[in-house]
Amino acid sequence: MLDARDIVKRFTGVLALDRVSLSLRPGEVHALVGENGAGKSTLIKVITGVYRPDDGEVRLAGRPARFTGPLDAGRAGVQAVHQEIGLVPDLSVARNLLLGREPRRAFGLLDARRMHETAARTLAAYGVRVDVRLPLRSLGVGAQQMVALARAVSVDARVVIMDEPTSSLEPREVDTLFGVIDRLRDQGIAVVYVSHRLDELYRICDGVTVLRDGRVVHQGTLADLNRIHLVSLMLGRDVAQVRAEGVTRFSGAHEASAGPPVLEAYGLSSRHLLDGVSLTVRPREVVGLGGLLGAGRTETAKAIAGVLPLDAGRVTVAGLRVRRGSATAAVRAGIALLPEDRKAEGIVPTLSVRDNIALAALPRLARGGLVSDARIDRIVDTFMKRLRIKATGPHQPVAELSGGNQQKVLLARWMATEPKVLLLDEPTRGIDVGAKAEVQALVDELAEAGLAVLLISSDLEELVEGSDRVVVLKNGAVVGELIGDELTEEGVMTTIAAEVQ
Amino acid sequence: MNETAVALPRPTGGRILAWLQNYGVYAAIAALVVVNIAITPHFLTVENLRTQLVQVAPVVIVSLGMALVIGTEGVDLSVGSVMALATALLPLYLGYGAGPAILVALLGGVAVGLVNGSLVAFVNVQPIVATLCLFVGGRGLALVLAGGRLKDVHDVTLLNLGSSSVAGVPLPVVVAGALTLVVTGVVRRTTFGRQLVAIGGNRTASVLSGLPVRRVLLLVYVLSGVLAAVAGVLATARLQASDPSSLGLLMELSAITAVVVGGTPLTGGRVRVLGTVAGALLIQLVRATLIKHNLPDSVAQMVQAVIILAAVYAARGGSGR
Amino acid sequence: MTTEQAATDAPVTHDTYALGRRDRVFGLIQRHGATAVLVLLLAVGSLSFSRFPTTENLGDIAITSSFPAMVALGMTFVIITGGIDLSVGSVFALGGVLAAYAVRWGTAAGLLVPLAVCGAIGLVQGLLIARVRLAPFIVTLAGLLGARGLLLSISHEGATTYLIPHGSLLARLGQGRLFGLGQPVYLTLALFVIGAVLLQRTGFGQAVYAIGGAEDAAALMGVRVARTKIIVYVLSGTLAGLSGALNAARLSSGVTILGTGMELDVIAAVVIGGTLLTGGAGSVSGTIAGVLLLGVIQNLINQIGDLSSSYQQVVSGAFLAVVVVVQTYLSRARRL
Repeated sequence: MLDARDIVKRFTGVLALDRVSLSLRPGEVHALVGENGAGKSTLIKVITGVYRPDDGEVRLAGRPARFTGPLDAGRAGVQAVHQEIGLVPDLSVARNLLLGREPRRAFGLLDARRMHETAARTLAAYGVRVDVRLPLRSLGVGAQQMVALARAVSVDARVVIMDEPTSSLEPREVDTLFGVIDRLRDQGIAVVYVSHRLDELYRICDGVTVLRDGRVVHQGTLADLNRIHLVSLMLGRDVAQVRAEGVTRFSGAHEASAGPPVLEAYGLSSRHLLDGVSLTVRPREVVGLGGLLGAGRTETAKAIAGVLPLDAGRVTVAGLRVRRGSATAAVRAGIALLPEDRKAEGIVPTLSVRDNIALAALPRLARGGLVSDARIDRIVDTFMKRLRIKATGPHQPVAELSGGNQQKVLLARWMATEPKVLLLDEPTRGIDVGAKAEVQALVDELAEAGLAVLLISSDLEELVEGSDRVVVLKNGAVVGELIGDELTEEGVMTTIAAEVQ
Repeated sequence: MNETAVALPRPTGGRILAWLQNYGVYAAIAALVVVNIAITPHFLTVENLRTQLVQVAPVVIVSLGMALVIGTEGVDLSVGSVMALATALLPLYLGYGAGPAILVALLGGVAVGLVNGSLVAFVNVQPIVATLCLFVGGRGLALVLAGGRLKDVHDVTLLNLGSSSVAGVPLPVVVAGALTLVVTGVVRRTTFGRQLVAIGGNRTASVLSGLPVRRVLLLVYVLSGVLAAVAGVLATARLQASDPSSLGLLMELSAITAVVVGGTPLTGGRVRVLGTVAGALLIQLVRATLIKHNLPDSVAQMVQAVIILAAVYAARGGSGR
Repeated sequence: MTTEQAATDAPVTHDTYALGRRDRVFGLIQRHGATAVLVLLLAVGSLSFSRFPTTENLGDIAITSSFPAMVALGMTFVIITGGIDLSVGSVFALGGVLAAYAVRWGTAAGLLVPLAVCGAIGLVQGLLIARVRLAPFIVTLAGLLGARGLLLSISHEGATTYLIPHGSLLARLGQGRLFGLGQPVYLTLALFVIGAVLLQRTGFGQAVYAIGGAEDAAALMGVRVARTKIIVYVLSGTLAGLSGALNAARLSSGVTILGTGMELDVIAAVVIGGTLLTGGAGSVSGTIAGVLLLGVIQNLINQIGDLSSSYQQVVSGAFLAVVVVVQTYLSRARRL
């Protein structure tokens, strides 16, 4: 049905896809798995025509398919249903479902009655029985996703790509979705199923493609692959690669203090995201957060930093309770969060390196609201040297720096505030090998200096070697904690792969 | 990933646009001055310079506040109405002397700023809409306070504000100059100024970094209100009358134009104070030039429209968006 | 391969759990709040002032409201796409002056010239917004200045006021009455009916809503975003020009000083009528209620007599603030 052959895609020198092939038979449900940055979304975008491959080709039903974009791909029968539902929340359910192909009456006027009938009938097949005249927004996320799916399928789809379709569904909604997928299978529609929930993959998928670092590391029948092997394929690194990049720079020299924890989080809960996560970190200790994508790692960090609205739970720093839902209070209490998305949540692109570093520490670098340039210069100079930030000077716009150096700027921003707790969300993602080792060494150094560090990393080796202890999350809840001899890559993988009761 | 620390090369067209965005306004002023010296009689006289500067002073003052607001990715449409409110408040309290009257007028600006700022910072209303409320209501309130009439102002102290000079420089120009320095200082040297720009540049990052985002936004709108009120007081002193029905009409447009022409992007994250002053001067100069050569006001307005579009286009191209 | 064939007994029934009773109430307030307040005001006005509920007075409200209403109709379309048109006040005035100027070539010219020129201004703005992708706010700000400049140059810097001869067909169009109501009222009503059909019952209307609700998603679903946006600004310009021309016909002259600040009054009316400035939601009927509401407030303030008409602005501003705050809270509560 769909055949992608030897797809190569580069972004400014980085090889995002390296001769990736994917072949789908009619009626096949194919799992596409891999961690963040493995190349899944790039592959989907190449298939749906968002990106043009640098090499290789996509064929649909035997003929070369060069889509100009998702719209064009959709017309040819290749539909992608994304996590962020590509519908219009304020329009009615019926209108969303039928936008662009509404039933007409005389003079090209829409036939509202027929539109509502068609919509209601179509959606009933997906287990969605609602008043289709209501705005889409009023539906639950699961039902919205069904509408998106129904829309995608009802335009004569031949291939449907589902990107994390169950991430916000209730269990019964998942059952409905799987019922729908079964029907698609019976109709001979090929489905690409992207998910990190192993239970679901094994329930619904026939074939599997595992991507890692832009390459296919495994392709075959899912039934032939046991869980632990699948996880190791997703997370592990091959021997050759380790040799090429060298081992991590963690020395493990620091020793966690035996004293009371500086950071304590109890029962952090937020609908669909977190389900009673509790953890503690002592000074001089690095606690790793393990788990697959969507397990709730980033959400845990954001909840601690006061930016994720919580339904329940509390955070204390050095015994003092931090006001919930206030980032300012968290920063004042000594919590620093290095966000996962550097560009969107970290750097202020219009400002210089200097101003970016000084940003969070401004109040302590000022007297009576007047900032002292001398003090800022001193602190900026110190950290630019200490972190070896490569820039033409403190006044270079931060947007011009490389990813690794931007990351160091953000670290410097936090170090200038002299925090007690450092939350690092994927600190080495998307930065080159040299900078990565430097950042890892820095994490070590900071812990040694007495900070409590929470480390999130999808790089299993980094997680295991960098942490004194690893807390494993799954579906927004803590499912295990590894310490001492248990703390091995295999140990983490086993914990992740364990079936949920 | 590109690991070099040098600036990424920009295409030539982009570089020219970026240069235009940053320095175009100064180049344009220089060119206009040269042209005027060549073709306009009596251009380089002290008298003419004085007139031009006195006329532009209120616009400069309002634009300073507008530049701060736009730096946070906002906009303040209510500035013209604040000027009207200030001019309407003045005669009501002149009985207590010029000082208290001016203070009350400035407090009017603070009040408007508080309303705007609260709507933006706490209720999360878009800035255009939030300030639209007082754009509509503010002038009405001014007219109600003034009883809808034009009132002559006879208070000597107040009138002196409009007519006296310091070392040959008219007082309104001195005030505008001083405020420019103050605002420059605020942007460059205060915590507030740095935080303001960061909020406009990346609001999420500012929240994550623990900045007092709401407080800063509130204060920005208050400042804009106060500055507009100052402009209203000075304009009243110069006109020697309080005329809330016409004072400050279309001022929001002039101020936004000055800010945009001066190279401050509407997308926030950057405030160019001197550029803003230059932007106000440029538009004044264009108008003056056209009028001196008997080109009608209509042409001046159309030219201003073209200048705005050109400035925004340059800003868009220069930042690569 | 249709899904209807695939319909089997579905195991699960989804209910709209996010939409409780509170939510429905909020939705009702947002859509019909203006109408409710309008009815209330009419009742209060009728009880308080004997001269208020007369046919003549109500007819007066209708005719004075009909001109901003036409402008507000175009603005509603623009705002639903998530845009804004600040040029309408100037374009309105320009339409009036052009009508009075062109009527020397006949009634048809007196109507067609303003419509064509104002439509063209809308077209240029639409192109700059949709194709060059400049911010609507700035483009139409420049449009405001440009249109006013054009107006001034036609009227010799405002020195010449062109007259529309009494008894001419154009003047009768603006001044004529039918069943005791001014003719423009009927035209406005007709335009609103067409506007409502356009918005609710055509693919174009769906596109307008979809673009304002989620532009990227709309583009992915095959909506022609640029074309729809351009049409919307042309529509706004044309309606503002038409309104200006008819207003000039009613006043028998193209008054140059009209329309200053009108854009914001019109925007206020649209917002009060329940259209969200963030785009994606709103209705033509709400807009008519919003315009009438402001008209009635003005009229009531005139009735009180010793109050200056400036109170109208104060009340509109305050009312707008309340509406905006309520809307923000409502939409936030519904989105959570």
